[in-house]
Amino acid sequence: MKGNEAIAEAAILAGTDAYFGYPITPQSEVLEYLALQKPEERTGMVVLQAESELAAINMVYGAAGTGKRVMTSSSSPGISLMQEGISYIAGAELPCLIVNVVRGGPGLGTIQPSQADYFQATKGGGHGDYHLIVLAPASVQEMADFVDLAYELAFKYRNPAMILSDGLIGQMMEKVELPPQKPRTSEFDQSWVITGKRPDRERNIITSLNLDPELQYEHNLKLKEKYNRMSEDVMFESLHCDDAEFLLVAYGSSARICQKVVAVARGRGQRLGLLRPQTLFPFPTDELARLAGKVKGIMAVELSTGQMVEDVKLAVNGRVPVYHYGMPGGKVHSPDDVLEAVEENFIGG
Amino acid sequence: MEVKDMIKEENLVYRRTPLMTDATLSYCPGCGHGTVHRLIMEVVEEMGIQQDTIGISPVGCAVLAYDFMDVDFSEAAHGRAPAVATGIKRLWPDKFVFTYQGDGDLAAIGTAETIHACNRGENICIFFINNGIYGMTGGQMAPTTLEGMKSSTTPYGRDAMKMGPPFKITELIAQLPGTHYVTRHAVHKAGLVRKAKKAIRKAFEIQQEKKGLAFIEFLSNCNSGWKMTPNDSNQWLEEHMYPFYPLGDIKVDGKLVKDVCKDLMQKSPVTT
Repeated sequence: MKGNEAIAEAAILAGTDAYFGYPITPQSEVLEYLALQKPEERTGMVVLQAESELAAINMVYGAAGTGKRVMTSSSSPGISLMQEGISYIAGAELPCLIVNVVRGGPGLGTIQPSQADYFQATKGGGHGDYHLIVLAPASVQEMADFVDLAYELAFKYRNPAMILSDGLIGQMMEKVELPPQKPRTSEFDQSWVITGKRPDRERNIITSLNLDPELQYEHNLKLKEKYNRMSEDVMFESLHCDDAEFLLVAYGSSARICQKVVAVARGRGQRLGLLRPQTLFPFPTDELARLAGKVKGIMAVELSTGQMVEDVKLAVNGRVPVYHYGMPGGKVHSPDDVLEAVEENFIGG
Repeated sequence: MEVKDMIKEENLVYRRTPLMTDATLSYCPGCGHGTVHRLIMEVVEEMGIQQDTIGISPVGCAVLAYDFMDVDFSEAAHGRAPAVATGIKRLWPDKFVFTYQGDGDLAAIGTAETIHACNRGENICIFFINNGIYGMTGGQMAPTTLEGMKSSTTPYGRDAMKMGPPFKITELIAQLPGTHYVTRHAVHKAGLVRKAKKAIRKAFEIQQEKKGLAFIEFLSNCNSGWKMTPNDSNQWLEEHMYPFYPLGDIKVDGKLVKDVCKDLMQKSPVTT
């Protein structure tokens, strides 16, 4: 099935209580698939097409405050429009899932795949001091697997989680093994949800407003502590990193291409490895720092003019040269393009 | 007789609404917000639905509405309350969900969310405070500011040629099939307060019976924003707001009871 369909099916299977979305290429299949599946009959899941991404994310905000599993999906320009709501969700510490099937930008850009929303996804995106949990699937299988994982992490930290995919993974068809059906939420942590004030608890208020700077200061420090704690859930995949002389760092569709690059290079006797972050926030900083002590050079490979490379440089902290190879604008690099950059920077350099 | 001697159970004509919290209202003395808060909470108390009620507060003067009304609350971004309410109500269809919004919130930045929630017939209550001005930010022009009316961003009066005429969103949404009950009230006199409370009760009952969206506009003064004494502002409200925003039911039981098209085309009187 298509990556976008896998997300949609996995959403039903993960016991998602509600999906609110608005059509945009290249992710409209998510809403279309859900509508076709009659999830209200399968699990009772609510699926609603909103009047805008702005409305969709605010429906998510409202619904997430009730403690249920809620999600939305969109693509780059739509995600930009959602940033207001995402900032409020992060500020109010609500768990939810946001899927971004990235296309080229800025502006209306192109509908072709891109990884140019890395900064927006991992550095906050909207206003204020916050982070999302960011998962980067590199296959249709991971598109499906990361839905439940994203919810688990979102509820563990009471923080919005984003699946940062792209038009390539979203539109690509692959075999996928789907998880069993999870029941929808029936028990609620009454300590913070709004379901009506019960006699056994004080009323709950979902808000991100702290007019007193002292309270906002405390809130920001609390969030910071939470973001630091997330490093225990960092996920990455290592390919030939142990004996690597040179290292590629790539995520998502770019990582799929780099897997081929590593195989070809190894066939040529070049000791090339690949570190593939599966979580972009938290970023595998410690692992990269460790590997930086073992390799001669590192190259970040992404479908942008250079975004993740900044986090790679921060992790490497000047120990070895860090290069960047990027293909922006909705074009996708071939393994040969990357191999050429490998030759140029590592082997010949 | 001393005053304290008169404080006896049998002389009691007023009591604090139990569902209002002990927090001191942040509204200016004479403002209508506190009255509407109280009326909503009185109805929630009388219907015995406190544990099933969820409010959505706006951005504007009522941003801290959750400090005063003793029910579960979600704060919404500016204008997004109907979308937030939709998210909650769709997941908890048996709970009572209401939004509380001002004119800038509901009829300017949140117009799309308002109209589409009304068009879908979301089974919620929308309580809309129209004071013709942005109070919280210091008295700027609102979508409902009357022609000629002075505000900090229309210091020479609202010029309809430049800024458009005042916007009667209530007459607009009454024409959508999703709205079941649409009415306009005011709360600056005892008789009006009693009528407004009945309307709020009716709105919650419509939600209970799952009949669709109930929408109540409350005309309120903004004595600070209008730069008048509370008394003068109430008088100004009657003289200038009433002719353009007439009180009374607009839609009852899903049927229009007024010629809203004519009302929408009405030219705003020019106030000075």
